[in-house]
Parts: sequence; C-alpha cells; structure tokens
Amino acid sequence: MSRFGEKSVVISGIGQSEIARPSRKSALVLTIDAALAAVDDAGLTVRDIDGVATWPGRMASDPGFGPVGASDLKEALGLEVNYFSSGVEGSAQFVSAFNAINAIHAGLARHVIVFRTVHEATTRLQTGSGTAFAVPRVPDARFQWQLPFGAMSAANWVGLYAQRHFHDYGTTREQMAQIPLNCRLNAARNPKAVYRGPLGLDDYLASRMISTPLCLYDCDVPVDASTAIIFSHADHAADLRHPPIHIEAIGSALHGRDSWDQRADLTTMAAFDAAAMMWSRTDLRPDDVDTAQLYDGFSILTMLWLEALGFCGKGESGAFIEGGERIALNGALPLNTSGGQLSEGRAHGYGYLHEACLQMRGQGGDRQIAKQVRTAVVGTGGGPLGACMLLRRD
Amino acid sequence: MLANDAPLPVLTPETTPFWTGGEDGALMIARCSACTRYVHPPQPICPHCLSREIAPVRVSGRGTVASFTVNHQRWLPDMRVPFVIALIELEEQPDIRITTNLVNQPIEAAAIGQRVRVLFERHEDIWLPLFEPDGETGE
Repeated sequence: MSRFGEKSVVISGIGQSEIARPSRKSALVLTIDAALAAVDDAGLTVRDIDGVATWPGRMASDPGFGPVGASDLKEALGLEVNYFSSGVEGSAQFVSAFNAINAIHAGLARHVIVFRTVHEATTRLQTGSGTAFAVPRVPDARFQWQLPFGAMSAANWVGLYAQRHFHDYGTTREQMAQIPLNCRLNAARNPKAVYRGPLGLDDYLASRMISTPLCLYDCDVPVDASTAIIFSHADHAADLRHPPIHIEAIGSALHGRDSWDQRADLTTMAAFDAAAMMWSRTDLRPDDVDTAQLYDGFSILTMLWLEALGFCGKGESGAFIEGGERIALNGALPLNTSGGQLSEGRAHGYGYLHEACLQMRGQGGDRQIAKQVRTAVVGTGGGPLGACMLLRRD
Repeated sequence: MLANDAPLPVLTPETTPFWTGGEDGALMIARCSACTRYVHPPQPICPHCLSREIAPVRVSGRGTVASFTVNHQRWLPDMRVPFVIALIELEEQPDIRITTNLVNQPIEAAAIGQRVRVLFERHEDIWLPLFEPDGETGE
C-alpha cells in the first residue's frame, strides 16, 4: 500500500447546478441540485453519503462568497454523517476536498460529498456593490494591509503580481490575452457558459482597464452556481455508475508567507509550493498530463500555475501560451476547456474539477478533447491560496 | 485622500504602533532584538528565532517600489480613480513590504525600482503610511 493516502480515494460522482447571472434559485437550492446530481451520477443514494465538506462555509460577512455551510446541506438532505467540516482557512478552495480525502483514508467515512456554492451574482444585484468591503472598518484583520489604500479587490492584489511578471520577464498583454481568448473559444462549445460570444485580440486590447495590467477580460465572472463532487474509498469503485477517477497526488503545501504582499518572490505564489508537493507524491511528470484545468480568477494566475506545475520554465508562460495553439482544445495541453471562470463563470475552484472529470470520462460534448484523456491536473487559487490535484484514469 | 471611504483598520495592541506612528511622523515596524530581523505584519514572537524580545522600532521610511498597479475601477461610489497602488520594499530589509499608495507624482511616473519615502495621511484614529518620490540627492 502506498504511503500516500490520497491514492486510496477516488472521485465517484460529479454534479453541477445551473450557472446563472443571476439564478432565480436560492444558494441552498442550487447546492441541493448539484448534490443530488452528483449522488445520482455516482450510482449511490443520499443515504450512502456519510460525510460532507465545503469551503469556505457560511460567511455572514460575505454571503455571496460563502452562502451555504456543510451543516446546511446535512440538514436539507437529512444526512447522517460520520464526518463533516467547513471553513475558510486551509489549502485554497480544495482544502475541503483534502478534508474529504483524509477522512476517507482515515476510515471516518466512505462517501464524502464536497461542494462549493457561490451566489455572487445575486448578492451584487441586491447590494448594488461589487465589493463586500463597503464598510467603515476592515471586517477581517487579514485584509487590513490592503483595503485602507483602496486595494479593495483581488484584482489589485493580483495586478501587483502581474506588473512584476511583465517587468521581470517581458510578458505582454498580447501574450496574457491568450488565456481569456482560449477560454472564450472553449465556452462557445459549452452551453452552460455565461459568455459564449466571440472575443478577439482587438476586443481584448481595447477593453477598459481594471487594475493595470489587468483589463476587464482578465477578471472572472461572478455567477450563481454550485458544484458537488463525491469522494469515495477505492474499495467501492466496482459499485459505481462510472469508471472511478483516481486521486494520483495532491498538493496542499504553503511554505511561503500566508500573505498577499509578503511572499519572498513576487513572481511566484502558493501554487509553486503546492505543485512541488504534488509532484513529490507521484511518478508521473508534467509530460504525462493530457489536460490542465487551472485557476483563472485572473489571467495571470493561470500563467503562474503553468509555471508552478512545470509545464514551462519560470517566467516563460508568456511565450508558452503565445498564439494560443498549444493550449487550444486540439493543442498539446488543452487548458480550461469549459471556458474557465473567465467565460463559463466563477464556480470557484470546483468548476475545474468537474470539467476535468467530464473530460476524463469522455463526457465533454462539443468540447471533448479529441485525444484520450487519462491524466488531468487541476489547480486552484492565487496569491497565498494554492492547491492542486493530479487525477488519473485506469 | 486617495482611497476615499476605503475601510480603516481596527486597532489592536500589535498593530497600533504601525497604524498610529504617523502622529509622530514615524513608520514603526516590529523588530526582533535577538536576531535583529524586522517582522511584518507585527507578531508577538519572532517567527525566525522564536524570541519574544520583539518590539516596534522607527525605520527610515525609505524604500523601493517592488511593484505597482494603477487602479481604474470604482470599488466604492465616491472613489476617485485612477490612482496608484504600490508595494514598497523597505530600505532596512527588502523582504518587509508595505502595500500603499504612491502620491505626489503623475500616475505615469510610477515605476518598479523607483526610490520612495513615507508620508502620512490621517483618517480618524489611523495614520495611513503613503509614499512619494525620494529625490536621488536627498533633501
């Protein structure tokens, strides 16, 4: 038996609600839609589910970002759980997946449902504001070092990283544009994506700046959506509706500072720590990966993930994606094939995991990658948030 | 005022020297007297050597722009845009950084590597450390 516990765990079922801007459904109803879809997809019943985990949990200070907690789903579905958890601290959005994996490996539970629900489109309409920080005093001490200076959005915090990458490596807007342009091409093939119309380089270059060098199209799209993924012990693989997807390796490390502005090297992020850990837990190498689904809350973050995971050298992501052929649906490394958060919508981390599973099962529809997808890497988070998983089919 | 109506920090024993030192024109950064390293944000223990002999000290207020971004988005209704958000590396120890605003120069003048110095802007009980160009010859 491997000393790496994640290898005894599989993804058994996936489900996703509608993705809408906004949805007429409450966040809890979206969560139930996703959860029931995932249970059915796994070939299980609700009574088989004995664990539930979510990130970030219910957040009174930001109800669009954290509308539904683990106990909300437990109560709605009458789950009898042996393990449940939610909370915002940990290895980015995937800490809840890692909690599920750990619980299964430890024998605490057999089938753990993990979900991520966002209601950011509805919340914005209700409050008329794009920020939860329109308050007299910083509501969360972690953000006191940025907010008083009008650095009120991750667009600003990430803009600082992007500017430094442009400065140190000569990265250009034309290169970075390939992230959103590629997403839009893929979204055109995805009926669930919120933005499917054509987007050209000229549109990109002419769009308004948000926080230099990030323009409107470099920033993801807040939506209402819920994604649910069921993790099960590999011993149950034979009972499942679909072939299991194995967790080959996880990366949960954060060796650098847990801070948006104190990381020693401003052209790296937590992603570098997480990726190094992931590769240390597998014999597979970047060359073995058939598709990458990498966080695109902002375009530059996807580029930094490509570097962190070793698909290209440090500072070389601009050249790597130049022209877009390599990352296209029929390219050497198809990237963000659902349209990503930039075009499909900000399902926030778990959208990538859902898409990786669809592609590995051959359920990608019009956007199915032509070659066999046996191995996928999924990375989520930016700045001090970073977590990744390597997935493998038999 | 640049970041109009942006939320202000809540003072705590650890952060009060940083956020109020400007009353005396002082940028106060926690420093470990055992290993002599600066620590920011301030901590009650030195994360490098675990000494508890750590206290805020006045630093020069001079530094270098490690990165910057020009914010164009009106995050709050009355926010005046564009303005420059910058990350300053302090002269005393470059891995101590402060997110701030660059002021008293045209927005286009912001540049990585630029030498800057601190000035303070009071808002209620908080003195925000902002930065402005620091002439090569000194003044």
